[in-house]
Amino acid sequence: MFSRRTDLPLDKDPLSRFLPWLIAFMVFLAALAQAGLIGLDGMARRWDSGLAAMMTVQIPSDEDGGADEDARRLQRVLNLLSETPGVRHVEVVGQDKVLDLLRPWLGDLESADVPLPRLINVETEPNADVDARVLQQKISRTAPGAQVDDHAVWLARLIDMVRTLEALAGVVLLLILMALAGTVVFTTRTGLTVHHGAIEVLHLTGAHDSYIAKQFAGRAGLMGLKGGAIGLLLAAPTLLGLGQMAGRLEAGMLPGMALPLVGWLSLLVLPAATSVTASLTARITVMRNLRRMI
Amino acid sequence: MKCESPPLVTANSTPSIARFENVGLRYGLGPEVLQDVSFKLDPGSFHFLVGPSGAGKSSLLKLLYLAHRPTRGLVHLFGRDISTTPRDELPALRRSIGVVFQDYRLLDHLSTFDNVALPLRVAGIREPDIKRHVRELLAWVGLEKHMEARPPTLSGGQAQRVSIARAVIARPRLLLADEPTGNVDDRMGFRLMHLLEELNKLGTTVVVATHNVSMVKQLGHPVLKLDGGCLTVSPGANAGRQAMEAGGRA
Ligand SMILES: Nc1ncnc2c1ncn2[C@@H]1O[C@H](COP(=O)(O)OP(=O)(O)O)[C@@H](O)[C@H]1O
Ligand SMILES: [Mg+2]
Repeated sequence: MFSRRTDLPLDKDPLSRFLPWLIAFMVFLAALAQAGLIGLDGMARRWDSGLAAMMTVQIPSDEDGGADEDARRLQRVLNLLSETPGVRHVEVVGQDKVLDLLRPWLGDLESADVPLPRLINVETEPNADVDARVLQQKISRTAPGAQVDDHAVWLARLIDMVRTLEALAGVVLLLILMALAGTVVFTTRTGLTVHHGAIEVLHLTGAHDSYIAKQFAGRAGLMGLKGGAIGLLLAAPTLLGLGQMAGRLEAGMLPGMALPLVGWLSLLVLPAATSVTASLTARITVMRNLRRMI
Repeated sequence: MKCESPPLVTANSTPSIARFENVGLRYGLGPEVLQDVSFKLDPGSFHFLVGPSGAGKSSLLKLLYLAHRPTRGLVHLFGRDISTTPRDELPALRRSIGVVFQDYRLLDHLSTFDNVALPLRVAGIREPDIKRHVRELLAWVGLEKHMEARPPTLSGGQAQRVSIARAVIARPRLLLADEPTGNVDDRMGFRLMHLLEELNKLGTTVVVATHNVSMVKQLGHPVLKLDGGCLTVSPGANAGRQAMEAGGRA
């Protein structure tokens, strides 16, 4: 694809020395956008499959009744839930897990220090459409102050937002490739002007347009690959850092945002994409412009 | 202004290398640089193209090597009407034409070797064959010691020989030379001219634009004369000898 010997001194063009860095910068941005895209997509997917059919029932501790009353309330709610149609599975969240969940807000503490609420994860049949408000009314009769959180509602909104962000990241990726193509059109046109004399000699020697286009395309492809590689090298540490930060943010229920291995591999597509885009754009630009020559 | 009695060239049975019929050429909105130019180049012929500076010699050659299209009239090359030849078929015609440009037009960033190899590479010849041919020809024009030199480091005469070598490397059927001896002394001029005559003897049709009168007289080839945009053709001093040779070949 990239012949090393060229009849045109394209490697000496000032533009071709600056093009890889421009492409590197674009690929850096594109890598961030694509990593964000993959991360968000994975997150939305896991939420979708894991949490869509979930509800959480929260029963506050009764300060007067003590632990015995708390246990009785828990049992009443569990009984009620098991009689509710559409409930598939009920699981009481262990107290140590509850402590874990509260730690970001309350810091390290022992279960004896504060009256802990009891949490029950409720898994419903995917199509059952259990009404959280009706359930809430029933439960608060047996356990005053109990709260039912329907994940589906806020999850739907969250997933909507994630999908929007995803679309945005996709648009950013597309815009970056378009900007790259635009830049290559510009540098190629400049190259055609700078090397007009030599190109005419090639033509008069019997060169087809494609022979000349191949030289520009090869050069642009190489620039695209080089710039893509540099951009990716710059993006890697940034992404690792962001991944670690996201990992620290993850609190219990939030699925991980860190980039999976496939994500990293898919980033390798970027230099290939910039290379192919640059090469094709250069070829098309040359072919279009040369058609005007005799 | 119209040319006086333009020589009428009619299409006949003998195939010509090039044929012009009432060709006119103007640049932009300027005056006609060439008017009603008609002539014909027979296979194996050798013509001088003369005329004062600015008469249109280079312009006429540009029409012949397909750098310009005529404003009017007919240009036939190798039996094809150029105006109806699709653009993507022109490279094939151009590969049969070797050109020595007035200003050489060597590619400065390429070595002597690569400059001469250009027409072969463009034609897709295999690299080992290119090496062999180019070395051979560079030795023949006395440049084997300068194969790696870049054109800017060559003397005028050396650059001229490189441009001639590039023009002939692909064994063109038609060789066009625009003042190929303009920048060298007489001795070198005659040497280069003999080189072109050697090629001509091998069957290449040659047109040499020049204003070197003594050379035209001494070599005695037929002359195409441009003046005021009009072309007149006169047989050379040794026209008889050429006709005899042509007859002997037939
Ligand atoms: N590219 C061009 N654009 C405009 N005018 C030109 C161009 N090339 C040549 N001319 C004009 O055409 C005339 C003939 O030029 P040219 O063919 O170079 O003559 P010669 O080679 O006999 O000296 C001159 O008047 C010149 O100024
Ligand atoms: Mg001239």
